[in-house]
Amino acid sequence: MRRIWNPGVQEWFGRILIFSWIPGFLIFSASASEQVQIGSKKFTESYVLGEIAKRTLTDAGISAEHRQGMGGTIILWEALRSGQIDVYPEYTGTITQEILKRSDELTFEQIANELGKAGIGMTEPLGFNNTYALVMLRSRAGELGLHTITDLKNHPELKFGLTHEFLDRQDGWRPLAQHYQLNPQNVIGIDHALGYGALGKGSVDVKDAYSTDAKISENDLVVLEDDRQFFPQYKAVFLFRYALPTPAIEALRKLEGTIKEAKMTRLNAEAERTKNYTRAANLYFEDSSGSTRLRQGYGVASNTFGETFPHKLARWTARHLELAAFSLLLSVLVGIPLGIFASRGGAIGHAILGFAGIVQTIPSLALLALLVPLPFFGISVRTAIAALFLYGLLPIVRNTATGLQDIPRALRESAIALGLSPAARLWQIHLPMASRSILAGIKTSAVINVGTATLAALIGAGGLGEPILSGLNLNDHATILQGAIPAAILALLVQSLFDLLDRVLIPKGLRL
Amino acid sequence: MDRWRALVWRFLFHRGKLAAVSALVQLVGVSKTFGDAAAVHAIDLSVERGKTTVLIGPSGCGKSTLLRLIIGLLQPDSGQIQFDGTQLRADKIDIVRRHVGYVIQEGGLFPHLTARGNILLMARHLGRPKNEMLARLSELCALTRFPENLLGRYPLELSGGQRQRVSLMRALMLSPELLLLDEPLGALDPLVRAALQKDLKEIFARLRQTALLVTHDLAEAAYLGDEIVLVNEGRIVQQGSLADLREKPASSFVSEFINAQRSLAVI
Ligand SMILES: Nc1ncnc2c1ncn2[C@@H]1O[C@H](COP(=O)(O)OP(=O)(O)OP(=O)(O)O)[C@@H](O)[C@H]1O
Ligand SMILES: [Mg+2]
Repeated sequence: MRRIWNPGVQEWFGRILIFSWIPGFLIFSASASEQVQIGSKKFTESYVLGEIAKRTLTDAGISAEHRQGMGGTIILWEALRSGQIDVYPEYTGTITQEILKRSDELTFEQIANELGKAGIGMTEPLGFNNTYALVMLRSRAGELGLHTITDLKNHPELKFGLTHEFLDRQDGWRPLAQHYQLNPQNVIGIDHALGYGALGKGSVDVKDAYSTDAKISENDLVVLEDDRQFFPQYKAVFLFRYALPTPAIEALRKLEGTIKEAKMTRLNAEAERTKNYTRAANLYFEDSSGSTRLRQGYGVASNTFGETFPHKLARWTARHLELAAFSLLLSVLVGIPLGIFASRGGAIGHAILGFAGIVQTIPSLALLALLVPLPFFGISVRTAIAALFLYGLLPIVRNTATGLQDIPRALRESAIALGLSPAARLWQIHLPMASRSILAGIKTSAVINVGTATLAALIGAGGLGEPILSGLNLNDHATILQGAIPAAILALLVQSLFDLLDRVLIPKGLRL
Repeated sequence: MDRWRALVWRFLFHRGKLAAVSALVQLVGVSKTFGDAAAVHAIDLSVERGKTTVLIGPSGCGKSTLLRLIIGLLQPDSGQIQFDGTQLRADKIDIVRRHVGYVIQEGGLFPHLTARGNILLMARHLGRPKNEMLARLSELCALTRFPENLLGRYPLELSGGQRQRVSLMRALMLSPELLLLDEPLGALDPLVRAALQKDLKEIFARLRQTALLVTHDLAEAAYLGDEIVLVNEGRIVQQGSLADLREKPASSFVSEFINAQRSLAVI
């Protein structure tokens, strides 16, 4: 068919295509490589150990990447087993209870054997035992004369502020309470870092902590003695995949027995004081050896580790935009066709709208957690994009459907009566007439995505959520704001960008 | 076979009138029911070539439904609709539609397209040569007395009368054999309406246009129509000139309808 001078449709459609593909080019920059992938859990000590492993490998000439604060035990274990990460720091007690799901205490050899069956190796203990502990303000404990966990039995009025993980663990709160026959009236779940603040303010009296936690000395807390030996041993080790090259395993093994409790507490304190895990990790190397090999490595390392703030901000923002833009692109490409189907009503139309609506009601954190165990996803940027994509779907589907349904019957019929083909009616009449509503849906999705993308940091996908998370972890408001302010500004920018796009994409005749 | 049957029908029901041979559109026993209410009931109607047939009748009597049946927006429950002697078929309906212009009360113009975009929409879709289209456009502007400099305006930037002129141009763009007009002047003020009535009459005469027009207004029907078809409750009550209706009313309803209008209008 000859196409002469037909600006209406083609222009409109062309514009959409061009604009929606731009973000596509920004993506795919994060490529998988031969780097050793190191994971860590979302707390200071795990971050520092991760940095130490990275530095160790880098010094041995092995390229390594540290994906900080990816989440809790199960997420990291699954990531390790499925090969998304190669190494991460873990504790023997956690392995027995959470990974092997055993209620009895296993010997070190038994643990190593069990892990071997899953293709996972374990270093010898790194040298310290970071067991769980219950802590209180020194002054408060003194006032009540409390020294041991048994002593808590006589004070059911004390308020317990426990981390969610501790509340749920098999070696956590419930069996502990049973073991010691504690029956406090008031137990709440609270984030680890925020819990210290709550202790200081007196809004909770007792909280769980790790025995090497820098906060213990910093906040003048006491550890209540585990007088009836409830807590198992939590000796720090590195777990690694057998598939890891031998030189990498050998390098990691050099760390065995080199970190004692006092040292780890000091590194943790350094990390929290300077808000810089890399620097804390470097402290380990400075202390432990003056060898030229390490000194030489230091220069190389500081290039990659000592990132300036503007540089970091640019990296976070770029990743944040990648996540939001790529997921939005997918939502648009999938959402508009679904919206067109939905606009025709019937069972399928209702099913589409219903599905998109249900996805929206799943809390974003839960959606991330649900996607992580699936084969294709795991701990990756993919998962974050998939979750954001699902979130962005509903506004686009719904607005496309209602935009199309709101076209007056007289105009639909005029288009049919003219003899236009169904495709021509869709492209030349229906979609342009619904464009205002469709774009409003896309705008809503974009703003939601920019906001929700901060959660991607939870599964190590980076973005502006990274400083927010570590700030939360360190209870450091300045760090939180480093992520929160740019994220808010970004949302405003996206909003105004779409206001501009409205002028380009909505046909002039509809804006009069 | 169908053709033969149609001829037999024509012979039986139209008593072999010559007019039947020149009918462009022929409705034979057409019924349409919405739910349990019959909107159109066993209607026989011929739209004669080169003439203006006017459908008139009280609100809700089924006039619009008849037009929408003819252009295939609705399917009849029973009966036949023949276009130029052949039965309308669902798979051929788009071809028929290109030979039919359809104008509705609110104009039915697409708000996102300019006047020009609306008028040329279908011609562009069919890939007509640009020169031909532009020549036809100027011709139509002259015919409908629409200022060419307003062609770049969007429907919302035009007056009601201008919109109806654009809508008429869009309907006439492909030189349709049949023009269907559903109360095209219904929403206009009396002065604009009078001007457009005059223009429509001239246009129909000049183009020898076959037209089927719906109106509420008996004066308009008498002025524009060669044949007036009075419809009530989905049935044709009487058909003929205004004089026929006035002098030989088929029922008391016809007289009532005419008298009700006469007391208001200027006939
Ligand atoms: N899609 C529909 N669904 C149900 N009933 C309908 C539908 N379209 C028309 N009707 C009914 O059919 C009857 C005829 O309607 P129609 O629109 O043909 O009337 P009309 O003669 O054009 O009236 P008016 O002069 O007010 O435009 C009315 O009773 C109307 O309520
Ligand atoms: Mg009507």
